[in-house]
Amino acid sequence: MTYHRPDTLDQALQISARPDVHVLAGGTDVYPAQQGRDLPAETLDLTAIDALSGITKTDQGWRIGATTRWSEVAQADLPPGFDALKQAAREVGSLQIQNAGTVAGNLCNASPAADGVPPLLVLEAEVELAAQTGTRRLPLTSFLTGVRQTALGQGEIVSAIHIPDTACRGQSAFVKLGAREYLVISIAMVAVRLELSGDKITKAAIAVGACSPVAQRLPGLEAALTGQSVNAPDTWQDAMQADISQRLSPIDDIRADAAYRRHAVARLLNQAIAQAGVA
Amino acid sequence: MTNLTVNGKTHQVTAPMGRRLSDVLRDDIGLTGTKVGCDAGDCGACTVLLDGAPVCACLTSLAQASTAEVTTVEGLVEDNHTTLKRHFLRYGAAQCGICTPGMLMVATALLAHAPHPTERQVKDALGGVLCRCTGYTKIIAAVMHANDPLPDQVQAPIGQAVGAAVERLDGVTKVAGTEAFGADINRAGTLLVRAIRSPYFHALFTLGDLAGWQAAHPGIVAVLTAADIPGINCFGTIPPFVDQPALAENHTRFRGEAVALVVGEPDAVHAMIPQDFPVTWQELPHSLETAAALKPNAPQLHDHRPGNVLTTGRVRCGNAEKALKAAEFTAEVSVQSAYVEHAYIEPEAGIAWMEGDTLVVQACTQAPVMDLEETAKVLGLPRDKMRIIPSATGGGFGSKLDVSLQPLIGLAAMVTGRPCRMVYSRAESMMSTTKRHPSTALARAGCDADGNVTALWYRGDFNTGAYASWGPTVAGRVPVHASGPYRTPNYDAEARAVHTNGPISGAFRGFGVPQAAIAQEVLYEDLALATGIDPLEFRFKNALRDGDKATFGQVIASTGIAECLAALRPAWAQGLRDVADWNAAHKNVKRGLGVASCWYGCGNTGLPNPSTIRAGVTQSGQVVLHQGATDIGQGANTVIAQIFADAAGIRLDEITLIGPDTALTPDCGKTSASRQTFVTGRAAQKAGLALRAKLSNSGVGEAWKTRVADMPLDPLGYAISVEETYDPPTSPLDENGQGSPYAVYGFGAHLAEVSVDLGLGIVKVRQLVAAHDLGRTINPMLAEGQVEGGVAQGLGMALMEEYIPGRTENLHDYLIPTIGDMPQIRSIFIEKPDPEGPFGARGLGEHVLIPTAPAILNAIRHATGARLTQVPALPYRVLNAIKEAANG
Repeated sequence: MTYHRPDTLDQALQISARPDVHVLAGGTDVYPAQQGRDLPAETLDLTAIDALSGITKTDQGWRIGATTRWSEVAQADLPPGFDALKQAAREVGSLQIQNAGTVAGNLCNASPAADGVPPLLVLEAEVELAAQTGTRRLPLTSFLTGVRQTALGQGEIVSAIHIPDTACRGQSAFVKLGAREYLVISIAMVAVRLELSGDKITKAAIAVGACSPVAQRLPGLEAALTGQSVNAPDTWQDAMQADISQRLSPIDDIRADAAYRRHAVARLLNQAIAQAGVA
Repeated sequence: MTNLTVNGKTHQVTAPMGRRLSDVLRDDIGLTGTKVGCDAGDCGACTVLLDGAPVCACLTSLAQASTAEVTTVEGLVEDNHTTLKRHFLRYGAAQCGICTPGMLMVATALLAHAPHPTERQVKDALGGVLCRCTGYTKIIAAVMHANDPLPDQVQAPIGQAVGAAVERLDGVTKVAGTEAFGADINRAGTLLVRAIRSPYFHALFTLGDLAGWQAAHPGIVAVLTAADIPGINCFGTIPPFVDQPALAENHTRFRGEAVALVVGEPDAVHAMIPQDFPVTWQELPHSLETAAALKPNAPQLHDHRPGNVLTTGRVRCGNAEKALKAAEFTAEVSVQSAYVEHAYIEPEAGIAWMEGDTLVVQACTQAPVMDLEETAKVLGLPRDKMRIIPSATGGGFGSKLDVSLQPLIGLAAMVTGRPCRMVYSRAESMMSTTKRHPSTALARAGCDADGNVTALWYRGDFNTGAYASWGPTVAGRVPVHASGPYRTPNYDAEARAVHTNGPISGAFRGFGVPQAAIAQEVLYEDLALATGIDPLEFRFKNALRDGDKATFGQVIASTGIAECLAALRPAWAQGLRDVADWNAAHKNVKRGLGVASCWYGCGNTGLPNPSTIRAGVTQSGQVVLHQGATDIGQGANTVIAQIFADAAGIRLDEITLIGPDTALTPDCGKTSASRQTFVTGRAAQKAGLALRAKLSNSGVGEAWKTRVADMPLDPLGYAISVEETYDPPTSPLDENGQGSPYAVYGFGAHLAEVSVDLGLGIVKVRQLVAAHDLGRTINPMLAEGQVEGGVAQGLGMALMEEYIPGRTENLHDYLIPTIGDMPQIRSIFIEKPDPEGPFGARGLGEHVLIPTAPAILNAIRHATGARLTQVPALPYRVLNAIKEAANG
């Protein structure tokens, strides 16, 4: 068992270029997957690389370092557009998980029920991927390609998540539905970001998780909301129902059946829109 | 070599950098206060602080920990300013103690920045640590008040130990993190044992080249199969039904059944890949549900049990069918309940070694003498060459009554001659040990125009899984109890235990009675609504009264059920007003109130189940109590001592406890069926009285403490000793279920208030008032702890717990209540003395769970009109039921 814990990105990229290297950050998904056994033969731990950690303001927006932990997100001083992300940060597993689990880890694990994805979708997040050959950026929607699948190429690691200034505006809310308090995998969840002029919605970004292989934006609902008063929910119910039936593909599983998820999402959407509207 | 700083001290460890911190702390440094419950971040038992922040040590690599300051429970040093551990003990916040270190760590991190936290802050901070015993209530109180002065210790002067809320006598090690659970005990040169288990629900198998496989795996010392078992490869719990092999012989009947053992040096066993083990499987058709298993062409589990029916229990009196026809109001219900996992935070673990020619097994258990009998039989040992020393047990709730790893590590120790230990993984524990029986039931009840119940008819099928375990007990108990604690002149109840290829269903707090209570209490709600009588008053009207004859013919001399229901009246009246006010003002979230009752016979059903207590006075005047009742957190070590102290007329703190240990303590039977306070308590009372008599007859008088110095030692090694046995007077049931199955019954009633989100089907229990007739409350603090923990399990059964074979073998898919799910709980104790119980005491352990789920279901109905008949009432099921109710 070889365990690498470099303190620079360059060193990390040299190691990740080799085949069969398994990347570890907070360990909150990697260790459970081992079912009690030791880690895979070659592990690359990214958590000693200072450059990968922390939240910073950039010229174009905000940069969330890949190994930024959820508890750092929850405590960070960020514009109200990030409120949904901060609320999600407080609902990832438990305090212990939030103190270890990282934002990029949540994306790379690519669970359909990843709590971080819907809030990052409404923030138009871009994923920065680094490799020895250079870095590239992908919209989060392109990075996540399926259940437990990402666009991460051989030798690449996620180095940061970028939020453009244009997507930080407005106010946002996150609602998670689970069968118990704390430590619960979502039945469904919703993130909403609204830009408002008075009570009029000038721009809306809406995403739903745990109701499709990859969390989805709801463009029809976003369009229907635009120009409406936040206090006129009747005006967007039809568009919302259309998006729920066309954009989402919930499954029956141990937590709920598909019909329930479709029904519950409507409720969660209205709740999150109302919350974001008064945030 | 890595430097790891723990509790301010730097250790040099040789473990690989990717090794879990939990393993390094426990195996390399010997700090076993950090517990491992799941290895997946789901339970929080392994929580430690990294630079002051709580993390799960099972998710933290040695490398990451090596660049931080690690604090474990052993590093929580108490002074005059920090008394968190002492608060935990004084508030009764630790029961079994397995989650306590994790709780203490998250609480410490919270208190560092919030010295006087609110309840919400405590819940947010502690939400990541699961507890299965306490219901969290006393933990919340202990943390909220951690920086307030410690409440005074309750005094227990001579003659007043019974009734005193003294802190548990065995609690200091639990809060210190030094309690030794099954996985915490190690000896020099110990080998590790791992079982190879069937991945299929039903299969035939052939073993391949075991010698070749072993030769290719250096460090593996032995590979053991059924062929290596020297005794009878068959264990169980009830003699006529014993049927389970310790290691399967070419045929496995459930997923997780063990077929071989790999024994070796720990590193070699850790590195072994079970999938590479040379075994060839041939999968067979299987059935997982009773309906499928009862079909004519269903796979047959056991040749001598045609149709897969293990056994049927029945109780009949009067003429239920006729009375139902004549009834003014009738109701019918079909009820379904899921497999429920015990989910104690301690997976099974233990160690075995040879002492001369005696095999010693130290493992978690609820039943040391039964462990001894079954293990000795499998291993072909005479009883006197076998010793069971129960380790501390991190929760049991019924599942640790059955042997699990005892014969396996015993065999390995006998064959290798070296100490052998085994620690189940969470998945292994969940798939291979017993569950609560899933059930389907059809039931009918009727009453007259005045609301007097005239008849109840019940047919239940209980999925008992692949082997018998306690299936016969469930089939026997259910018909005895399915009337509830109510007058039922015409009664006809049958319960079948049916084999499937599902996990083995065994004992779980209530032995089938909680499932049966759901059917009965839904019917009572139907009848109350039909008659227009208030649901609480309907139950009060029908409650058994002293001297009533039960459906099984026994005259119940003393019953407190009417008193329990009456005690709920003020909360019921207030609750009805509050709920009405809320509902008038709110559209989307409705509130409701529900009530349900329980009764439960304490001890074995119509079978002998004696307990024996020994006590002695040493020549130095020390009073030693040989206490063989296993304390799995419920409090027997304290309660039995309290009873003994008052009977003997000595101070509680003068008693030295010994045991349990089959070499040192007489048989106190199993910690099951709510029998220890009653049966062992009664034996302790007899022993105490006998000791008191001997002390006064021996002429030593008041000065006995000094006078015993001159007395010769008796055969038991004491200046004075006593040994007393108590066996409850019962009689077996006849073919109509008539007899006197139990000598003591306990009673209770719960009131639940819920809120239901009509759009999401989410149910929150807001408050729970639990009234129980304890006969005599031996220790009010421990009794409250039982109520709160039972309510938590009942709430889980009602709202979230559903074990799906092969699918929920972890604690993130199988959900149990967290600290955030618990309502305000208020306990009301009725003390209506039982003529048979010690100081009038009745049992409590199972009673506390039985009424919770039906009370919650009835409250959901009150809130929404939805009649829930399936548990768990998951949000989607609640929503469907609300829609059905709305559609009429």
